[in-house]
Amino acid sequence: MLNIILKLIVAAVIAGTPLLLGALGEILTEKSGNTNLGVEGMMYMGAVSGIAGAYFYEKAVGGNANGVVGALIALLISFLIGAFGALIYAFLTITLRANQNVTGLTLTIFGTGFGNFFGDYFGKKAGGSLVVGDAIKSAFQGVSIPVLSKIPVIGKLLFNYNWIVYFAILVAIAMAWFFNKSRVGLNLRAVGEDPGTADAAGINVTKYKYIATVVGGGICGIGGMYISMVSQGGVWVYDCVSGYGWLAVALVIFATWDSSRAILVALVFGALKIMRFYVELPIPSQFYDMAPYIVTILVLILTSMRESREHAQPKSCGTNYFREER
Amino acid sequence: MERKEKNAVEMQGITKTFGKVIANKDVNLELRNGEILALLGENGSGKTTIMNMLSGIYYPDSGSIRVQGKEVSIRSPKDAFDHGIGMIHQHFKLVDVLSAAENIVLGRKGAVTVDRKELNRQVKELGEKYGFDIDPAKKVYNMSVSEKQTVEILKVLFRGADILILDEPTAVLTPQEVDKLFAVLRNMKADGKSIIIITHKLHEVLAISDRVSILRKGEYIGTINTKEADQQKLTEMMVGHVVSLKIDRPMVEDKKERLKVIDLTCVSEDGVKALERVSFSAYGGEILGVAGIAGSGQKELCEVIAGLYPAIGGSVLCSGTKEGHEVMERIIGLKPDEIVKKGISMAFVPEDRLGMGLVASMDMVDNVMLRSYKNKKGLFVDRKAPQELSEKLIEDLEIVTPGVNTPVRRLSGGNVQKVLLGREIACNPSVLLVAYPVRGLDINSSYKIYDLLNEQKKKGVAVIFIGEDLDVLLEISDRIMVMCGGRVSGIVDPEKVTKEEIGLMMIQVKKDDEEASV
Repeated sequence: MLNIILKLIVAAVIAGTPLLLGALGEILTEKSGNTNLGVEGMMYMGAVSGIAGAYFYEKAVGGNANGVVGALIALLISFLIGAFGALIYAFLTITLRANQNVTGLTLTIFGTGFGNFFGDYFGKKAGGSLVVGDAIKSAFQGVSIPVLSKIPVIGKLLFNYNWIVYFAILVAIAMAWFFNKSRVGLNLRAVGEDPGTADAAGINVTKYKYIATVVGGGICGIGGMYISMVSQGGVWVYDCVSGYGWLAVALVIFATWDSSRAILVALVFGALKIMRFYVELPIPSQFYDMAPYIVTILVLILTSMRESREHAQPKSCGTNYFREER
Repeated sequence: MERKEKNAVEMQGITKTFGKVIANKDVNLELRNGEILALLGENGSGKTTIMNMLSGIYYPDSGSIRVQGKEVSIRSPKDAFDHGIGMIHQHFKLVDVLSAAENIVLGRKGAVTVDRKELNRQVKELGEKYGFDIDPAKKVYNMSVSEKQTVEILKVLFRGADILILDEPTAVLTPQEVDKLFAVLRNMKADGKSIIIITHKLHEVLAISDRVSILRKGEYIGTINTKEADQQKLTEMMVGHVVSLKIDRPMVEDKKERLKVIDLTCVSEDGVKALERVSFSAYGGEILGVAGIAGSGQKELCEVIAGLYPAIGGSVLCSGTKEGHEVMERIIGLKPDEIVKKGISMAFVPEDRLGMGLVASMDMVDNVMLRSYKNKKGLFVDRKAPQELSEKLIEDLEIVTPGVNTPVRRLSGGNVQKVLLGREIACNPSVLLVAYPVRGLDINSSYKIYDLLNEQKKKGVAVIFIGEDLDVLLEISDRIMVMCGGRVSGIVDPEKVTKEEIGLMMIQVKKDDEEASV
C-alpha cells in the first residue's frame, strides 16, 4: 500500500511539473494585470522549439552530443520561443490595447498550429519523426542525487526526479520571494492591481507589463518543453500538450495567485492526471480523463464563492491601461 | 527654507485638448513659495486637467511650465516628483490590497528588498511630525476615506515634495475632518511647503487660502487675494454671471404621511449591521434631508425602501390607495416591480447614476422606456411615448445632448442626473428618494436640481434627500435626519441647529437617542 502511494506521489510530481510551470508563467503574467489565455499556445511553441533545438544541436555536432548542453539548449530555446509568443500578445494588448481574452485565445490557436506544424515538418525532414538521441534523452531522466536519494522513503519521494522538477520548484519559491519581499515585486503587484496608481507613483507600467508578460510566457514555454522532452521522452507527438495549458490556467485560480501554493496544487492536479495507473476503480477510463476537468469546474465554483481581497485575481486583469483615458 | 525665487510654479499659456474638446486654453497660473493657492472653478472648467499637467499625468499641447524659475518638461509623474511636485488625487490612487506603508513606498528607489519594519517606523514618524494619526501596517481596504486621504498626503510628503496639489480633498470629509485637514495644511505651509487646493466650495476657499485663481470653461479668468474676496464675487468670476446663492425653501401646508419606517434593521454583505432600528416618517410636501458620513447606512436605507436590499427586521409602510381608500401599504420585502403592482409610486434616484440608475450605453429613449415598457402588453415595445417624453425632458430640463439617440454615457454628469431625475419625476411619484443628487455637478446644474426637488415638494411629494454638503441640507430641508453608524442619531430642525452640532451628531449617537426627534 505504502509503495503504491509512494509511486503515485512520485508520478504526480512528474506529471504535475508542466502544470506548475504553466501556472507560474501565468501567475507572473496576471500579476501585471494581463490575463493571457494563450498558455496552451505558448506551451506548444515551447514544446516544439525545445525538442527541435536539441535535435538540431545534435545534428550539428554529429555523433558526440553532450546531454547537458542539449538540455540547456532546449531550456533556452523553449524559453525564448514561449517568450516570443507572449511578446506578440504583449504588443497587441499593451501597445495596441487589443482585447486580452480574444488575443489570448488567438495565441492558443496560433501556438497549437505552430507546434503541430513544425513538429510534423521537422519530423518529415528527419525521415519519420522528430526524435532526440539517447545522450539528450538521458539528460531528462531522473537523477538520483547522491547520498540523499538513498534515504529510505524520503529519498525516493524527494531526490529522484529530473532536473526540471527542481528547477520549477526553485522558480516557484523565487517568485514567492519576489512578490512578497522585493521592491520590484511590490511595484509589479501595484501595476496589476491598479495601473493608474502605479503610474502616478512613477512606476513605468508599460515596461513592467511587457517584462512580466514576456518572462511569464517564457516560463510557460519551458513547461511545454517538459512535455516533449520528459513526458513524451524526447519524441515529438502530435497534439502532445492537449489541454495542459488550460489546466494551468485553472490552477492559477486554484492556487489563488500564490506561486508557492501552486506547487501543492500542481501536485494534486498531477495526481488526477495519472491516477488511473495507480488507483483502479471499476469505471470506464474516460472518467479518469475527465477528473482534472471536473475538479477544475468544482474549484472554479468554490473559489468564486469564497471572497478574499488578498488572494484574488489582480484587479486590473482583463483591462488595458491607457494613461490619458477619460 | 530660504529661497530666492518668489514663485514655486509658473505655468504660462497652457493649452490641452482631448480630441475636439478643449480642456484648457491658454491658462496662466502662478504658485508662490509658502502659500496656499485655491484653484476654483465649476465642473469641467479644467481645474483637474491643468493640475494633471503639473503632476505629469497629461502633457500639455503647448505652453511652458517653470518650477523655481527653471523651465521644465514634466512628461510623467516621476518627472513631477523629481521637481518636488506631488498630487493628491480626488479619486485616491491607492492599491487596496497593500498596506499604508507599502503604498507610500511604491515606485521608490532603494534596496532590492523592502524592510517593512523600518518602513513602518519611518511612516509613523513622518505622520507624527505633521499631526496625522496612522497605522502604517493597515491595509487600505480596511481604511475609512479620511484615513486613505492621510495615506495619500503622507505618500507625497514621504517623497519630499514641497509643492502639493490637493484635488477636492474635502469632498468626502465631515466638517470635523475638514478642520483637521486644514490644520495639517497650515502646519505644512508653516514648514515652507507650497500648496494648491482644488475645490468648488467657496467657504473653504475663504477659510484656507491666501490667493484664489479662477478657471471657467478651460480658460483662466484671474487671481485675487482671498482677503479681498467674498462668496458673491468668487461665484460671479466662476460662473461668469450673477447667480443667486440662496436655495428656496417653499412652505407647504397640509402634510400627509407618505412613508413610515419602523425599526428597520439590516446587515451588510460582510454581516455587519448596516442599519439598526431606524425609524422615521416622511411627509408629503416636505424635504427630509439625511446627513451622515458616507457609509453610515444611507445606501442601505435607500435600497431597503426601494426594495433592492433585504431587511432582517422592522417595517416600511408607504401610502397607496386600495379600493378607493387611502391606506398605508406594507412594502418591506417586496421587489421593486411588486411595489409598483401594489399601485405605489415611488421613485429612487441612486447615487451611482450610470451603474444603478441608467444604462450607460443605451440612449435616452431606451433609458426612459425602462421605467414604463412593462405597462404595455404584447410582444413589441412602443418607442413613441418614451421618445416624446425624452424630447419633453430635454426641453423642460435644459438637457444638453446631441439628441435622444445619444448614449447617456456621453452626457456630462449634470445632464445624466437630469435625465435620471426627469424620468423618475415623470412617473408622478408620491415618495421621491434621491441620493447625493448634486454630487459632481456644477453650480448651475445643482440649482436646477434643487428647483426640481422643490417643485416636487410643492406638488405634495415626500422627498428624501440624502446629501453630503451640510450647507445645502441646512438650506433646502424641512427636517434633517442625521445618521451615524447605521443608526438615527436625531432628527433636527435646520432652523434651530448649527453645522457643528450636526457634525457632532454624525460621529456619535446621543445617549438618549431613543426619543431624540423633534
